[in-house]
Amino acid sequence: MQEKPKVSVTRTRRDSAAREFPFTADSIPAGGLKDVRAKAWDAFLKFSMPITTDEAWRRTDLRLLPASDFMIPSEDAFQDLPAVPEQLLQPLTGEQHGGQITLLPGGSRVELDPDLVSKGVIFTDIRTAEREHADLLHRLAGTIVKPEDGKFAALATALAGNGVLLYVPKNVQVETPLHSVLWGPGVDLAHFSHLIVYVEDGASVTYVHEAASPNETGHAMHAGIVEIHVGKDANLRFVELQSWGRHVWNFSHERAHVERGGNLDWIFGAVGSRLTKNFSDLDLAGEGAQGRMSGFYFTDGTQHLDHDTQQNHLAPHTTSDLLFKGALKGKSRSVWQGMIYVAPGAQKTDGYQANRNLVLDDQARADSIPGLEILADDVRCTHGATVGKLEQEPLFYLKSRGIPQADAERLVVEGFFDPIMQRIPFEGVRERFQQAIKDKLAG
Amino acid sequence: MSQLEIKNLHVSIGDKEILKGLSLTINQGEIHAIMGPNGTGKSTLAYTLMGHPNYTVTSGEVIFKGQNVLELEPDERSRAGIFLAFQYPVAIPGVTVANFLRSALNARRRAANPDDKGMPIPEFRKMLKEKMDTLKMDHAFAGRYLNDGFSGGEKKRAEILQMAALKPEIAILDETDSGLDIDALRIVSEGVNALAGPDLGVLVITHYQRLLNYIKPNFVHIMLDGRIVESGGPDLALHLEEHGYDWVREKYDGVPEG
Repeated sequence: MQEKPKVSVTRTRRDSAAREFPFTADSIPAGGLKDVRAKAWDAFLKFSMPITTDEAWRRTDLRLLPASDFMIPSEDAFQDLPAVPEQLLQPLTGEQHGGQITLLPGGSRVELDPDLVSKGVIFTDIRTAEREHADLLHRLAGTIVKPEDGKFAALATALAGNGVLLYVPKNVQVETPLHSVLWGPGVDLAHFSHLIVYVEDGASVTYVHEAASPNETGHAMHAGIVEIHVGKDANLRFVELQSWGRHVWNFSHERAHVERGGNLDWIFGAVGSRLTKNFSDLDLAGEGAQGRMSGFYFTDGTQHLDHDTQQNHLAPHTTSDLLFKGALKGKSRSVWQGMIYVAPGAQKTDGYQANRNLVLDDQARADSIPGLEILADDVRCTHGATVGKLEQEPLFYLKSRGIPQADAERLVVEGFFDPIMQRIPFEGVRERFQQAIKDKLAG
Repeated sequence: MSQLEIKNLHVSIGDKEILKGLSLTINQGEIHAIMGPNGTGKSTLAYTLMGHPNYTVTSGEVIFKGQNVLELEPDERSRAGIFLAFQYPVAIPGVTVANFLRSALNARRRAANPDDKGMPIPEFRKMLKEKMDTLKMDHAFAGRYLNDGFSGGEKKRAEILQMAALKPEIAILDETDSGLDIDALRIVSEGVNALAGPDLGVLVITHYQRLLNYIKPNFVHIMLDGRIVESGGPDLALHLEEHGYDWVREKYDGVPEG
């Protein structure tokens, strides 16, 4: 793809004062994480706003982010804002939930099957966890994603009053899936979230988290962190869906730490937001650890989605398998930048990464940047990146069988995404993606 | 009775004229064969009849059931009853044969009745299995991605399977014999013959006489340099097999372009 000539506009650039967040140390929520938050706040103050000369932000420009306009929702703010749509609360994996958490601006709701409570499973919001599980929370928070990881990681750690603590004790198998929804309506609001998922040795669980809001006029932002620990021989299936409204600036730092023999199946679906910058790191920390990352994205209009992935093989005999597939319409843009890192001594590792893009309109653009950094000598690492267009011959073939143009395009796009669908063991999630394809193509 | 009437058809790719005044009428129930050397415009005729966007019709017309086919989109031509068995069927990764065929059948139903809910799945499966059985295809074929990694024989069988399911009134078979061994050729031909009858007009485009041992034409036409230069009965094909195309070239070489 051709690079457009770079245009430097200096005069219309917002001055830096207006671009700073209006938050102060007084914005830090009280509670059991006060010292973790205070430390994160100090880190936040040291970061300046990312600019496109920072390597990680080269393709994602924040100059139009109206940082100074954002306020933190006040307590119970959700009561005056649009309610969470019922369909977002429906189970996507299996018949029913073992537990559900709804995170709202200035509030939250929690339900958990008493049977899971009796097994020692903790699935609650951060406010409750700060009161009832203060020691555990304190031990886990800020240990996997660190404030030093970036400005938005520090900001979310310091200010997230909303969030989820999921803790599954040793050898407990949670059969019914757990579900949380972060619902972020409203404009000029900054939503923060902090998810902690800790699966102890030999335990297993399926967890689905969705962040969503209606489309609104104006701006809103979300900064979130996700900290995941998969213990020895433990099993986590984690589905993350991003359906933010078109006015939302969305930032997230996520990292999963997988111990010896542990297994993580990590699924991403992203169709929303005005702009997203997501960092997702998989640390295979123990021998034989496995991680699979499957990403689905579909952008249109002027959306800008930037996914930055890391597969870190830190121990021998570890396996990672990443496939991200995206389609783009209109003037939208996607960025995927991936890295497989193999540490010295992490022999017999098997790393795979592939990113495939289907550009449906001439003005849409996908950037795909794979990378390998291998410091061990007995490994197998492969990667691939493609950016393709909708081709004429398959469409003509389908039309020659009586299938109208729009349906032919949909079939080809669905076919393109099929390898991702094949990796998703949840029919409800597949149906959501199918519906997203239909909606995006029709829109 | 439906009739496909091609009148004085001129077709170009870019600036190059390929078809130079081709006329031919095919009635339902008839089997026509067009034979000719490579590069004479046989596949151009097939693609043009189906409406491929790379081919520009500069003059002439194609009339089918009272409609000017050239004004229709490829999908409209298909739904009107025209079918093209491709020489090189296109792979559609991620779309199964079954999903594709159901989409094609439902597009027909929806064109006839916008409120149609689509063919019930059990009915569709039963139909598909029956058609696959007549073409000696493994039922697992329905779950494979369309033409993706198919052998030459599988691709051609899949084309005939589509023809059987879509029940066209006029079928154009573009070099359906190419790339087939003798067993596959027999199976594909039997498939076509099973569909042939008073309701189907067939245009077989082929370089070799071989296919015509299996699909018996009523009429044989020889095409040269974008035109039909000789027409006759089945014996014309046999004559070609014996004598090759040289006599045709000698006879018509240097004929001024019309």
